Amino acid sequence: MSTQVILGQLLVGLINGSFYAMMSLGLAIIFGLLGIANIAQGAFYMMGAFFSWMLLRWAGIGYFPALILVPLAVGLIGMAIERLLLRRIYRLDHMYGLLLTFGILTFIQGLFVWLFATAGRPYPVPAELRGGFDLGFMFLPAYRAWVVAASLTFCLATWLIIEKTPLGRTLRAATENPNLTRAFGVNVPALMTFGFGVGVALAGAAGLLAAPIYSVSPLMGGDLVIVVFAVVVIGGLGSILGSIVTSLALGLLEGLARVVYPQGANMVIFVIMIAVLLVRPAGLFGRER
Amino acid sequence: MSALPQAMVARAGWAVLVAALLVAPWLFYPLFLVKVLCYALFACAFNLLLGTCGLMSFGHAAFFGSAAYIAGHAAKEWGLPFEAAMLCAVGGASAIGAVFGYISIRRQGIYFAMITLALAQLIYFLALQLPFTHAEDGLTAIPRGKVLGLFPLDDNMVLYYTTAVIFLGGFSLVHLVLNSTFGQVVRAVRDNEMRAVSLGFEVNRFKLLAFTLSAAIAGLAGANKAIAFKLATLVDVHWSTSGNVVLMTLLGGLGTLFGPVAGAIFFVALENYLADSGLPVQLVIGAIVIGCILLFRRGLVGEIENLLGMLARRSKKS
Repeated sequence: MSTQVILGQLLVGLINGSFYAMMSLGLAIIFGLLGIANIAQGAFYMMGAFFSWMLLRWAGIGYFPALILVPLAVGLIGMAIERLLLRRIYRLDHMYGLLLTFGILTFIQGLFVWLFATAGRPYPVPAELRGGFDLGFMFLPAYRAWVVAASLTFCLATWLIIEKTPLGRTLRAATENPNLTRAFGVNVPALMTFGFGVGVALAGAAGLLAAPIYSVSPLMGGDLVIVVFAVVVIGGLGSILGSIVTSLALGLLEGLARVVYPQGANMVIFVIMIAVLLVRPAGLFGRER
Repeated sequence: MSALPQAMVARAGWAVLVAALLVAPWLFYPLFLVKVLCYALFACAFNLLLGTCGLMSFGHAAFFGSAAYIAGHAAKEWGLPFEAAMLCAVGGASAIGAVFGYISIRRQGIYFAMITLALAQLIYFLALQLPFTHAEDGLTAIPRGKVLGLFPLDDNMVLYYTTAVIFLGGFSLVHLVLNSTFGQVVRAVRDNEMRAVSLGFEVNRFKLLAFTLSAAIAGLAGANKAIAFKLATLVDVHWSTSGNVVLMTLLGGLGTLFGPVAGAIFFVALENYLADSGLPVQLVIGAIVIGCILLFRRGLVGEIENLLGMLARRSKKS
C-alpha cells in the first residue's frame, strides 16, 4: 500500500474531523447554555449547504460572500426558532429539548425534500481554490487544504471569543450559573438566543464548506449528526478545546480505518464510543452533569 | 382521588381494546391493521423502558430491525416454521438488547438517548455490510408459513388474528411488568436512584433487565412485521424508525399504558393517508410533533386521562 493512499485517506479523515469539530463545538455551546441536545444541528448543516447553492444558483452570489452570508442566515433562522419554539420548553425535562429539536429536524428535512427532492446537487469548487499543491510525497488539493484551515479558524475564533472576550466571559457565566448571572443584571435569555444562533451558525458554516465536497442534498445532515453525537459522548460536553481535539482525532482514526479495514470505517467511531463508555462513562473530557 | 378515574379508564380501555381487536378486520383492511399492531407493540416496548426506568431510547430500531432480519433469514434461508423463526428473532433481539443495555445504562437522560442512537447506528452499518441482509435490496419474499403448522398465514384473516394474539400477549406482558413488584422497584429507581440503592436494590441489574425485556418485545414486533409483509430492509434498522417510535409514543402519551397504541394507530393512518396526498410525511409529522410538545405534551391518551380526572374532581366538589 502506498503512502499516497494512506495520506490521502488521512486527509479525508482530517476534513471529516474538521466538520465534526464545527458541529460538536456548536452542540457543546448550545448544550451548555440551553441544556438541549440539539439533534436539529444536522438540519442547520444541510441548510448551510443549501443556502450556498441557492445564493450561487439564484442570485449569482459566489462562495466567498457566502462564507459570511450563510452562517449569518442560518444563525438568524436559528435565533428565530429559539425565540418561537425552544424558549417555551426550558422549564421542562431536558428530554423534551431533544424531542422538540427532533421534530424540527424532521420538519426541516421534510420541507427540503418536498421542495428539492432527495437527489444531490453539485456545488462547484470556487475558481480560486481549484488545483492543488504537489508536496512531493502527495498531491494536496487546494480546496481540501482550505476546508481544514477554514474550519480550524472558525473553531479557534469561537474558542477565543468564549475564553478571552468579555462577551465570552458572560456566556460562560450564564452556562455555569444562569440565575446568579441574571442577578448581576445580564440579560440571560438574550444571551441564550445568541448562543443558539452561534451554535447553529457553526453548523451552517460547516454545510457551506462541505457543499463542494459532498453534493448538496436534503438528507446530508441526518446521518452526520448521529456521528457527531457519538463524538460528543466520547469527548464529553464539558470542554470546548477538548471537543475540537476529540473531533479531529476521531476523524483521523476514521481515515486510518478506511485504509486498514474499509468495510468497518463508518463503524469505528461507534466502537470507540463503546470502549470509552466502558472505561470512562463521563467521556474523555467530560464531567457528570 | 385521581386514582379512581384512571382505574376506570384503564378497565374501559381493556374492554374496548379486546372488542376492537375482534371486530376491526371486518371494518378495515386487515393488512393495514397488521401494520398498526406491529408498530403499536413496538411503541409499547419502547414505552416499557420509558415508563419503568424513565430512560428514553433513541435506538430501538436496532432491536426491531435486527429481529426483522433474523426472522426473515430463519424463515427463508433456514426454512424454519413461523414460530421457530419468531423465537430466533426474539432471542437475537434480546441478546443485542442485553449488550446495548449493559453499555448504555451507564449514563442517563440526554446522554442515554445519544448513546442508544449511536449504538443503533452501528447495527445499521452492520446491516449495510453483512452478506445475509442483502444491503440495499433487503430481504424480500420471506415466506409466511403456517401457524402451528395448520393455518396458512397467507390468508389475511389468519395473519391478522395471529398478529392480534401476539400483540395482546406482548401488550399484557408490558402491563403486567408495569404493575409488578419488579415494575415498582424499577420505578423507585427512576424516581430516586440513591434511595433505591440505599434500600439494597441492585439498581443496574433492574435497569438492564427492563432494557432487555423492552428489546425482546421490540424484536417480537419487528419479527412479526417482517413475516407479515415478507420484507426486512434497511429502513427497519434506520434511525428514522427509532425516531418514529419515539414520536408515536409522544403523540399517544408518554408513560401511559394505551398511549403508544393510540399513537401508533394515528401515525400509521396518517402515513397511509399522506401517501396519496403528495405532501411529504416528514413535513406533516414534524409539524405535529412540534405542536404536540408545545401545546399538548401529555399526548392523546394523557390529555383524555387528565380531562376525565378534572371532571371527576369537579363533580365531587359540587
